[in-house]
Amino acid sequence: MPHRKALLAALTLALGAAALAQPALQKGITIAFLPKQVNNPYFTTAWKGGEAAIKEFAGVGKQVGPSDAGASSQVSYINTLLAQRQKAIVVSASDANALVPYLKRAMGQGVKVVTYDSDVAKDGRNLFVSQASADTIARDEVKLLARQIGNKGEIAILSATPNATNQNAWIKVMQDELKKPQYKDMKLVKIAYGNDDDQKSFTEMQGLMQAYPNLKGVISPTTVGISAAARYLSGSPYKGKVALTGLGTPNQMREFVKNGTVQGFALWNPEDLGYLASYAAAALVSGQITGKEGEKFSAGKLGQRIVGKDGVVILGPLTVFDKSNIDKFNF
Amino acid sequence: MSVSKKPARSLLGWETTILALVIVALLIGSTLSDAFLTGANLSNLSSNLVEVALIALTMTLIVIAAEIDLSVASIAGMCSALLGVLWAAHVPMPLAVLASLALGTLAGLFNGWLVTRLGLPSLAVTIGTLALYRGLAYALLGDRAVADFPPFWTNLGFGLVPGTQIPIPIVAFAALAVVTAVTLHATPFGRSLYAIGASELAARFAGLRVERTKLLLFTLSGLMSAFAAVIYTFRFSSARADNAAGLELAVIAAVLLGGVSIFGGRGSVTGVIGAVFLIGIIQNALTLADVPNEILTIVTGLLLILSVLGPNLAAQVKASRERQRHAAAARGGAP
Repeated sequence: MPHRKALLAALTLALGAAALAQPALQKGITIAFLPKQVNNPYFTTAWKGGEAAIKEFAGVGKQVGPSDAGASSQVSYINTLLAQRQKAIVVSASDANALVPYLKRAMGQGVKVVTYDSDVAKDGRNLFVSQASADTIARDEVKLLARQIGNKGEIAILSATPNATNQNAWIKVMQDELKKPQYKDMKLVKIAYGNDDDQKSFTEMQGLMQAYPNLKGVISPTTVGISAAARYLSGSPYKGKVALTGLGTPNQMREFVKNGTVQGFALWNPEDLGYLASYAAAALVSGQITGKEGEKFSAGKLGQRIVGKDGVVILGPLTVFDKSNIDKFNF
Repeated sequence: MSVSKKPARSLLGWETTILALVIVALLIGSTLSDAFLTGANLSNLSSNLVEVALIALTMTLIVIAAEIDLSVASIAGMCSALLGVLWAAHVPMPLAVLASLALGTLAGLFNGWLVTRLGLPSLAVTIGTLALYRGLAYALLGDRAVADFPPFWTNLGFGLVPGTQIPIPIVAFAALAVVTAVTLHATPFGRSLYAIGASELAARFAGLRVERTKLLLFTLSGLMSAFAAVIYTFRFSSARADNAAGLELAVIAAVLLGGVSIFGGRGSVTGVIGAVFLIGIIQNALTLADVPNEILTIVTGLLLILSVLGPNLAAQVKASRERQRHAAAARGGAP
């Protein structure tokens, strides 16, 4: 009996110490997600994770946002959320700069700002929850395509908008990666922009094939782009001959993987991204962290996370989806 | 005299309707959310619509003269891009701003030249230059975004008049609105626009210089679009080739909702300003009340259909009544 008591005492002490080290998450924290665009499956999934996390720590959450991906439309939402006195805004920025003055004003009024998916200039937010490092994403994409085309031939990139912060960062790293000796026979001939619009991406893909008949592979690091491109290839003579990879969701890409248009593509789990962003926002609001490098916070089922340089919290490595595993995922 | 008074009276009717709707929207907005009728929110609300409001002023004049300018947003994008390029190339800001305004003016002049010199319909001309100017914007700035503007200048787009909640650009808008209203409603030039819009042929016979007037209108529209572009660039501290994309539709929507006839010859500045604010208030109030975006788009769409239908139906009813009266008078007067 005394043995058990001692154990209990030790346990209480340990828990107490943990509690002392970090204030608990507050209840009833109001958190608003502001994606680039509502009704976009990627952001809908991220919000699902964000909402699940908010439920776990008994907060009050909602998602609002524009139906077009323009920066000016996000600004009016930031102002609205400010008027509604939300405790935290979790935003994926359509423009790295346009939102900054408005987010600064929000932070000036005590609102915590977390960016996810697409960052703003770093003085415009407290934390950036990053999918994976830009480096990992870009280099993994090149590796994935190289494997599919045997490290040889003309390749192209089908991106989102010409101003998308994350896309441009990845493209830069890809261009750098392609300079490596093992990729010397791969030639990047064109970077096309589908503006994250399904039809535009579809016609851009069509245009790529017409302009570069020797094209061997395409990287489309955007969920809208890759599924439109896959749809075009799937109904064209290039099906199975031109490799397509990039970032997509399993639900969008399942039929194209099964019908042989696409061998493999990658993504982080957007649900986990939203989940992590919610916990980061709650930790900020509750005063567990301030956004300084080295601070730690607990993110529910994802375990403890550390704030990295420049207030960046990284979700983790990419998952590659192919015939062997795609049916295990539903998002 | 009695003929010219009638459209004026019907216009007064539509203006009153718009102003009444603004008040109704304000009332509904304040019941939907506590945060609506606050200085900060009204300040944000008006700040968000300043570019549309500015361009709508010159668009009002153009549509009254029975023309249209669809290239305004592209001109704005092009001027924003030039501002960014020049600033990135270390050109002093006042010069960069002047160059942007000059480029907009030239773009408007080119529109006007195509319309008046080649006698092409402005709808077709400005659909063309809509693409042309946006293309030039991308040629100027490409996929880059210039953002490091000095605080003094961004404050002009973003800041408030010291000690108040009034956004600085709104002051500029108010001044330009007064100038436009006086020009349109109290000068021979303004009256000539109604005459041209009502019947270009009659206006020519009356000795009005139709070509020169139209050239001036399109040039002014270009200048105003450039001015709006400068404000937009500083307000978002972001010069991009795709800035203000799609803005032309918001502008034309406000002009039509404001009671300006798409066929020309009718309309007022007050009605258009009322309409700009009406749309802004409705969108802001619904957003504050967390109404989903789809509903917001549907409401705006319905409002616009109504705005075109409303004045037109009223005009048709009036016209058919007049026809009956004329017919009756003709029958009565026949020997």
